[in-house]
Amino acid sequence: MAIVQGERVNFSYDEEGPRVLHDVSFTIDRGKWIAIVGHNGSGKSTLAKLMIGLYLPTEGSLKMFGEDYTEQNVWNIRERIGVVFQNPDNQFVGTTVQDDVAFSLENRGVPYEEMRERVMEVLRQVSMEQFLDAEPHHLSGGQKQRVAIAGAIALHPELLILDEATSMLDPQGREDVMRTVTELKETTDVTVISITHDLEEVLLADEVLVMNEGKLLFQTTPEEMFRHGKKLEEIGLDLPFTLRLANLLEREEINVAHELTEEKLVEQLWTLYFNK
Amino acid sequence: MDIVFQQVGYRYAADTPFETKALEDVNIHIQSGSFTALVGHTGSGKSTILLHMNGLLKPTTGSVLIGDTKVERHTKGKVLRELRSKVGIVFQFPEHQLFEETVEKDIMFGPMNFGMDEERARQKAHELVALLGLPEDVLQKSPFDLSGGQMRRVAIAGVLAFEPEVLILDEPTAGLDPRGQKEIMNLFLRLHKEQNLTTILVTHSMEDAARYADDIVVMNAGTTVAQASPEEVFSTNIALDNGLELPQAYQFQRQLEEKLGRSLGEVCLTEEQFVRAYSRLLKEGISHA
Amino acid sequence: MLEKMIIGRYVPGTSFVHRLDPRSKLLFIFFFIFTVFLANDLLSYSLLLAFTFFAVWLTQIPFRFLFNGLKIVFYLILFTFLMHVAFTKGGEVLFSIGRFHIYEEGLKQGFFISIRFFTLIFMTTLLTLTTSPISVTDGVERLLNPLNALKFPVHELALMMSIALRFIPTLMDETDKIVKAQVARGSDLNTGTLKERFQAVVPLLIPLFINSFKRATDLAVAMEVRGYRGGEGRTRYRQLAWQGRDTLVLLVLFAFSGVLLYLRMKG
Repeated sequence: MAIVQGERVNFSYDEEGPRVLHDVSFTIDRGKWIAIVGHNGSGKSTLAKLMIGLYLPTEGSLKMFGEDYTEQNVWNIRERIGVVFQNPDNQFVGTTVQDDVAFSLENRGVPYEEMRERVMEVLRQVSMEQFLDAEPHHLSGGQKQRVAIAGAIALHPELLILDEATSMLDPQGREDVMRTVTELKETTDVTVISITHDLEEVLLADEVLVMNEGKLLFQTTPEEMFRHGKKLEEIGLDLPFTLRLANLLEREEINVAHELTEEKLVEQLWTLYFNK
Repeated sequence: MDIVFQQVGYRYAADTPFETKALEDVNIHIQSGSFTALVGHTGSGKSTILLHMNGLLKPTTGSVLIGDTKVERHTKGKVLRELRSKVGIVFQFPEHQLFEETVEKDIMFGPMNFGMDEERARQKAHELVALLGLPEDVLQKSPFDLSGGQMRRVAIAGVLAFEPEVLILDEPTAGLDPRGQKEIMNLFLRLHKEQNLTTILVTHSMEDAARYADDIVVMNAGTTVAQASPEEVFSTNIALDNGLELPQAYQFQRQLEEKLGRSLGEVCLTEEQFVRAYSRLLKEGISHA
Repeated sequence: MLEKMIIGRYVPGTSFVHRLDPRSKLLFIFFFIFTVFLANDLLSYSLLLAFTFFAVWLTQIPFRFLFNGLKIVFYLILFTFLMHVAFTKGGEVLFSIGRFHIYEEGLKQGFFISIRFFTLIFMTTLLTLTTSPISVTDGVERLLNPLNALKFPVHELALMMSIALRFIPTLMDETDKIVKAQVARGSDLNTGTLKERFQAVVPLLIPLFINSFKRATDLAVAMEVRGYRGGEGRTRYRQLAWQGRDTLVLLVLFAFSGVLLYLRMKG
């Protein structure tokens, strides 16, 4: 079943302003992990803002759980979505880890006893349970983002949106956050949409939406997407290591099949060497 | 200018109950004209080191020699100011330091502080905007009306504008998209060569360290654990012992070498290097194995 | 010296005083202000001092830590003391220096006022030392709750306070970074005329404001997405529990005030 469905979504921030999204149509199915990629300014973050109901499409329709956003249903729809934003500092509301996680529960009037249980439960899920009383300025960026994930999933949302959630982190923090999301995906049936330009995050996804200049270029699997190598480089996206290597080898007239895993590429290079 | 750290120690809030040790026994020798990468985990002391390189922090013990300027615990402010005109720092997320009404004025801020005359500073701003690939009409715009990537470039121009001899880069590509990252790094490499700069890059990316640096300083827990060529850092235990990743090309090379049962004859730190080594291997053929 | 200042600082701990409900501590301070003014002679002031030291002992915070941290305030108290000694007339002249006469009353008044100051500052400092800022906020919010009926925005006020507390360290870090970045670009904050110094602050303030606005916008979006719609219908994660010891503390204070009042009436 479709959890998000966009039909010819158009959007501009103000009436005379440039159009940031052009006729974007796509469907995101329940239970999937979707990556939305594109360079800065491609419209990918705007798409996220529309999904959260911060703006409405100028034209076309964007259905969340089968409904278009209206004044009346916006809070109900948001209750089914958890969001983690880019800047770890600017979304930490509470003075301590546990207060921050509880924030969304308090807003929805969850009774105290249940809050306590939920806070502990989700902090365990993101491995931050030893930091209950830690204050945000004593945490690393990666730890803050894991707390943000805990806060986002505390209401057991059906959809988790990661809006460039790892782009400000160091490699360690990025790895920890992605591991947390992977584990979450394994243990729950939450749908994940990650907006990113990190390749490793793209490879974790079931499907990718590639955005460029406000248009949806294609929606496909990561493997399939990387077959459009040239196109991706043209729009400012990176290729995975193995494909970059394959391209360079081709320039030296060493032809190899474009594989995504290093093992398979090693295999090929080994064969080439011994068949010489 | 050579930069030499001699047994540098640094403590925050020294001589108060809140004293914390940040650096201990740091020894570094950066050659004039070199491109040096400073690597290590978050909290290993990299940022504290770079603040010592232009006197924003003074060592609690030991000394830092930058060119002919020696900075010690009690060095006077006037000396440091002089030093700062020669050592430019591009801080992490440098766009957070923009403040002027126009891009032009913001770029001119540094050079005018250091006594460059207005005309020359203006000319410099125009040159740099072109060099950084920004359209000329941004000069009269407010920096806050630009995109994130453009703001980053303006902030970088603001440092380059006072023509420092040493350029320190603290994670200059953080938060940019892949294309932006590549463009900025290539720009720094070009400047480094053309203007004969001494460049110091603080980075988490071993790919960048391997690709751009000719010397790597490895930090761990507030002290320098090694200073060596990228080849040495990655091919010996230095990188792994300090929890640093190996560049992908080198990881891949090691996988292939294991499979082939022979060496490629050199340490390949970039994809280009690997492809060269591999194609040479193919041409030589098995006979030489 | 400022680094050692402890006014407004919180020292985590598990002492009897630390465990008290912030409401009882706030009420205690409120009533204590009146108690202090009940003292009027040597005996009652001595009792007041003893009472304060007993409170210090209960917090298990080393007296020296407190004393060093409040040094600046002691200069202020000393100054007040000297003013009184110099300008209050009455009673016997104890001794004279030229045209200056030191009166018995002056010495006495100076001494008593100093004790008043001293005990008030000690007690309020004990409050902040043993109560985290967020607990103080919680306490204030609950105590002001009745004002909700008068449409006074108690919840909003408390939320503002807690967000401000949350962002103080973040903004301090940020200020430090901006200062460093501008100094590295040749900004000179420490020399020059007043006008020049004022101008040197502009490159710090503008980025700080702009970044803070950015943070505020981000935070508002994050709060909205997490379902924040004002105080109505919200539950509380931070619970306060009024215990027997809280009642006890206030009773002790009232009893003590009673003693002082009795001494005053009798005397």
